[in-house]
Amino acid sequence: MNKVVNNAETAIQDIHDGATIMLGGFGLCGIPENCIAALVKKGTKNLTCISNNAGVDDFGIGLMLQQHQVKKMISSYVGENAEFERQLLSGELEVELIPQGTLATRCMAAGYGMPAIFTPAGVGTEVADGKETRVFNGKTYLLEYAFDADFAIVKAWKGDTHGNLIYKSTARNFNPLMAMGGKITIAEVEELVPAGELDPNAIHTPGIYVHRIFQGSNYEKRIEQKTITK
Amino acid sequence: MLDKNQIAKRIARELKDGYYVNLGIGIPTLVANYIPEGIAVTLQSENGLLGMGPFPTEDKVDPDLINAGKQTITTLPGSAFFDSALSFGMIRAGKVDLTVLGAMEVADNGDIANWKIPGKMVKGMGGAMDLVASAKNIIVAMQHVNKAGESKLLKKCSLPITGLGVVKKVVTELGVFDVTPDGFKLLERAPGVTVEEIIAKTEGRLVVEGEIPEMIL
Repeated sequence: MNKVVNNAETAIQDIHDGATIMLGGFGLCGIPENCIAALVKKGTKNLTCISNNAGVDDFGIGLMLQQHQVKKMISSYVGENAEFERQLLSGELEVELIPQGTLATRCMAAGYGMPAIFTPAGVGTEVADGKETRVFNGKTYLLEYAFDADFAIVKAWKGDTHGNLIYKSTARNFNPLMAMGGKITIAEVEELVPAGELDPNAIHTPGIYVHRIFQGSNYEKRIEQKTITK
Repeated sequence: MLDKNQIAKRIARELKDGYYVNLGIGIPTLVANYIPEGIAVTLQSENGLLGMGPFPTEDKVDPDLINAGKQTITTLPGSAFFDSALSFGMIRAGKVDLTVLGAMEVADNGDIANWKIPGKMVKGMGGAMDLVASAKNIIVAMQHVNKAGESKLLKKCSLPITGLGVVKKVVTELGVFDVTPDGFKLLERAPGVTVEEIIAKTEGRLVVEGEIPEMIL
């Protein structure tokens, strides 16, 4: 078993034009900074990105939007990004907005080997247009399909050489779900340790879901809304 | 007439001991500042935290610890982290007792619109559609009229819907309203606000029964 790669460039080298990729993170919290930078450098185009948010103008997925690398975004919330809004209104970028719980659960379903889920979120709204519905115990639910993503790129706090991952605080968010959901999962971690050093009781993502892992560097961890108590 | 903090303070009186509560962005976030003494509530942040604490002091700011509004926060004794699917799992399963959120429009049958203005603003629904579809009790905190002076308490929402028939109570700068089968039932007036003013500024069906008490804050 050799899942360890040297760096982000190696980890993402086979991500091809037109690929569908999941990117972990909530806002800028827990995003795979190193892999995003490598994708920007590589210039991969026509990507479909599944990610809760689309970064900000000059950080996160916003960097890929600036280079016009994204064909379609599948997200739940895309505020705080002027370039995104411009590309959306001009028709350069295709956007599918879906409820946040639906987004998370469609990632999870892929990792659980379940083709679809039923959720009440979006019933009676434009999200339900054209979708199959079913009534359980008098309440209407929408049928939503598991995602089918070529790659998942996630960020964890600690990982080991077997690909086991532990996330920190709210930087967990979508990362473990996307780690489960990708056909090929790439994990970047702040600290990579030899197998055996992490407590098996504490693992969030078992290594079976992770195909490539590397220790990232120079994490900026930009804060969107710094709020403090004086 | 209430300011934003007073709206939050009035909503905080709806809290009960032991409640798990999800507070949306904007006025709802302020509710956390007015939790009545003797009542313990646990705040859920849908990005993966139960037991949200106050904003950190400068030296405790942690970029890996934010709320759903992307603000830096802290944990409390007894806090727990989890992933986004589990977060919406507990919401969908009805474990969250109360959700407070903002709205652009509410209809007198409990429909809510708060995620999109076609051609003008498309930020997305975030977790709002999941929350309104599953929460047991939903209170809306919002201004009674929009910037053009038009009522936001309507017969029918004009903007794209977030959820159908889900809102239970509305608190605005003018008063407190229950959503009933007969429409918005006026429960309390804000200090200095007359029933006539509320009638004039409410487009949806309004039920006014007997003497309407002035709110005690």
